Amino acid sequence: MNYLNENIDSLNKKLANGSLSADKLTKDTVANIKDENKKLNAWITVADDAKPAENLDFSKNKLAGIPIGIKDNITTKGVKTTAASHMLYNYVPVFDATVISKLKKAQATFVGKTNMDEFAMGSSTEHSYYGPTHNPWNLDKVPGGSSGGSAAAVASGQVVAALGSDTGGSIRQPAAFNGIFGIKPTYGRVSRWGLIAFSSSLDQIGVLTKRAKDSAEILNVIAGSDDRDSTVSEKEVPDFTSFIGQGVKGLRIGVPKEYMSDAVDEKVRAAVQKQIDFLKANGAIINKVSLPLTKYVVPTYYIIASSEASSNLQRYDGIRYGYRAKDTKSLVDVYVKSRSEGFGPEVKRRIMLGSFALSAGSYDKFFKQAAKVRTLICNEFDKIFADNDIIVGPTTTTPAFDIGSEISDPIKMYNNDILTISANLAGIPAASVPAGLADGMPVGFQIMAKRFDEGNIFRVADFIERNNKFYEKTPSGMED
Amino acid sequence: MNFKSTIGFEVHFELKTKSKIFSPSPVTYGAKPNTATNVIDWAMPGVLPYVNKNVYRLGIMVALATHAHILPNTHFDRKNYYYPDSPKAYQITQFFQPLARDGYVDIEVHGKKKRIGIHEMHIEEDAGKNAHGTNGYSYVDLNRQGVPLIEVVSEPDITDPDEGYAYLEKLRKVVQFTGASDVKMEEGSMRVDTNISIRPAGQKKLGTKVEMKNLNSFEHVRKSLAYEEKRQQQVLLSGGRVQSSTRRFDEASGKTVLERVKEGDADYRYFPEPDLAPYHISQDWVDKIAKEMPTSAEDRYDEYVNKFGLKPYDANVLLQTKESSDFFDKAVAAGADPRLAANWMNTQVNGYLNDNRVSLSDIKLTPEHLAAMIKLIKDGTISSKIAKKVFAETITKGTDPKKYVEDKGMVQLSDTSVLQPMVTKVVDANPQSVEDFKNGKDRAIGYLVGQIMKQTRGKANPKVVNKLLNQELQSR
Repeated sequence: MNYLNENIDSLNKKLANGSLSADKLTKDTVANIKDENKKLNAWITVADDAKPAENLDFSKNKLAGIPIGIKDNITTKGVKTTAASHMLYNYVPVFDATVISKLKKAQATFVGKTNMDEFAMGSSTEHSYYGPTHNPWNLDKVPGGSSGGSAAAVASGQVVAALGSDTGGSIRQPAAFNGIFGIKPTYGRVSRWGLIAFSSSLDQIGVLTKRAKDSAEILNVIAGSDDRDSTVSEKEVPDFTSFIGQGVKGLRIGVPKEYMSDAVDEKVRAAVQKQIDFLKANGAIINKVSLPLTKYVVPTYYIIASSEASSNLQRYDGIRYGYRAKDTKSLVDVYVKSRSEGFGPEVKRRIMLGSFALSAGSYDKFFKQAAKVRTLICNEFDKIFADNDIIVGPTTTTPAFDIGSEISDPIKMYNNDILTISANLAGIPAASVPAGLADGMPVGFQIMAKRFDEGNIFRVADFIERNNKFYEKTPSGMED
Repeated sequence: MNFKSTIGFEVHFELKTKSKIFSPSPVTYGAKPNTATNVIDWAMPGVLPYVNKNVYRLGIMVALATHAHILPNTHFDRKNYYYPDSPKAYQITQFFQPLARDGYVDIEVHGKKKRIGIHEMHIEEDAGKNAHGTNGYSYVDLNRQGVPLIEVVSEPDITDPDEGYAYLEKLRKVVQFTGASDVKMEEGSMRVDTNISIRPAGQKKLGTKVEMKNLNSFEHVRKSLAYEEKRQQQVLLSGGRVQSSTRRFDEASGKTVLERVKEGDADYRYFPEPDLAPYHISQDWVDKIAKEMPTSAEDRYDEYVNKFGLKPYDANVLLQTKESSDFFDKAVAAGADPRLAANWMNTQVNGYLNDNRVSLSDIKLTPEHLAAMIKLIKDGTISSKIAKKVFAETITKGTDPKKYVEDKGMVQLSDTSVLQPMVTKVVDANPQSVEDFKNGKDRAIGYLVGQIMKQTRGKANPKVVNKLLNQELQSR
């Protein structure tokens, strides 16, 4: 059975009144995942032995007994964590990520680890050592990436919620491609302890769910300061569910012209414009704004993210854990062979790009310039946020593309992220909520807010989803 | 042709913290390999560093003690390189901006004073250790991985090996007296890299640098620098060119040996460490640290000589280590006469330490017991002869001197009402001594003192006995 028509509240109610047992929910979920995986390949590891926490307290913990998917770059004690890489094909962590400890405390049930682009580098989940994930709306299409497994698992009703990570759009783009809600919180809102690092200054753990409120429930649990991550804010975490149902009257909304240009697919623009008109009709104030630096965000992002990645991924050297090449004759041989055989082509490309950008003679020209542009991008957003509560636009320029259509053209693939990257560079929270369909594929409506103002995102996303009721739709690829 | 030498030092000190700089693992020395490690030290996927704030505190102490200017907005950077003892394949250090810069220490060589500039000092993490087995395997021990270090880089102010030696001695003393580091070369808590270049007198441009790393004593530093001066001169005089290189000091031959020639600088791809938020060091905190800092060796010297009246030599002996100076200060604070305390420290205590090859922290003598013993001497309760017995007991067994003296009945006999009858009796029994005394033979009195000491089993106060005997003999 699947949970296409369920959400955290509905499951919690059934568990609490005894009409559904947590054991049955877990067993059915795992059985369904195994079944669906043959078609979608959304999971790398399925927890055959999954079981609910003991002494479930359904009134205290909304998540008690509810199965959740975890992206496979979040470390789970005793459960293989691969980051979809051959390099970590056998790696079993000895500790839990902070988000996992928090979800355990909230009595959530862990049913497995979801597929992704290797080390979260990619926009299609095709760069996985474990093969691509398929989009439940059309199995020939990509689910987006890098959190494509989490998005496909939620969209197909295998779980009501999954954790993802977003470095340049890796939660929002797959959420858009799969017709679900996905939020990247403010940088520093959620601890990165236990998130396998791709780009430390951009990575952020977030949530994918069908309903915005479900993400609010989970963010309530996973957000907050952590002694183990000095980049996490000490700021108090509000109850994010309190923003649900507030309406949008008087809300000031900026629409950057660069986000609605001809570069964006016409049908995508139309679906997005429809949501903007709806918000306006309900009392929101719509302002035309401009983010002229948008044309620089892709190169800026790829320099910063790849530079940090080139350093972060150096630890995979074949010495202490993970893949080690056989028949090596020297130390350098161990390094070169293990890394050559352990990493996929996209990861290697970014390591080379990043190593070059940081090398003597290039640092000033590339990394330092990119860091400066990043500051300018932050300033650009601050300026708009002085007069606007949120910024909206499409999440992606097109709906999901065909599997195999872009994998050999990295520049085209990188340009997929043009509308999502800015939020990571600026450290602001951003989410994607379904806006409708274009040629039968979902379109994402992106909402960005000020740092630590996830509340307004939930407010608007909830308002939109109540109106278009996209969550009631069954993905077209599931009907056969 | 005359040549001028330019010598530089990069000195690493381990900062004395309980746990590592970026992980909660304990800092240990000599523990079983890999027992003082955790997932951060192993660079497991998903771990993050977090700064032990005590490292800043100790680093600030070193900066203050060397009169350096602290840069309040600190951050860390990554130095990327592959090596098995470096699990992340990068070292977290401070490259773009150090903790502090523009400091100095004052040295004195052959009676000449000189100020040696300190270019900068930065905080970083230590690497683990590789060991190469005889079975074809190499082993990695990560106990040392993440031990906090401060690297102190000198200005090129040092111009000869003796100055270099004096600089190291002074720097070690200055850092030692902050208590921020153990400064033990043999345990690696102080490590010295040096470099030297020479140039013909009158030439402004510095010559090509030759580096020598991990020298294991100051004497080796001096010898290797002296050898390099001569070697490089010969190279230049014979029309050669000094190679930019790293050399090693060979103890047996007293020569330096080429290790590797440098071909361009290694590319460490430095960039700001994104896992650690920048940290602001407030002036209030610096002021507080300055207030709490242990007194410097220079200030202590001043106190010892000018306030306590110690001889400069004795003061310097006490100040050889912070440990002995602290011990002395505590004894004085516990009421010991400073001059007596210095005397006992520098002769009896040091003698015991040398004979037994131990240090102050290994023995049972406490500053309070030393003070108690000195008080017993000072107020005449025990003689200095008895004191030696008491000292032997206290230093080996940790016995309270006062209690020991009382228990063993070692209290000195100073009571004249007890001693006078004994004096009378002895003089009565030795008429010849009276005769000798009258004839000016002082030796006679010594014999009589001896008799009384024998009768009292050494407990009689010699001063009192002498006085009573003099009076007695003069009255006859």
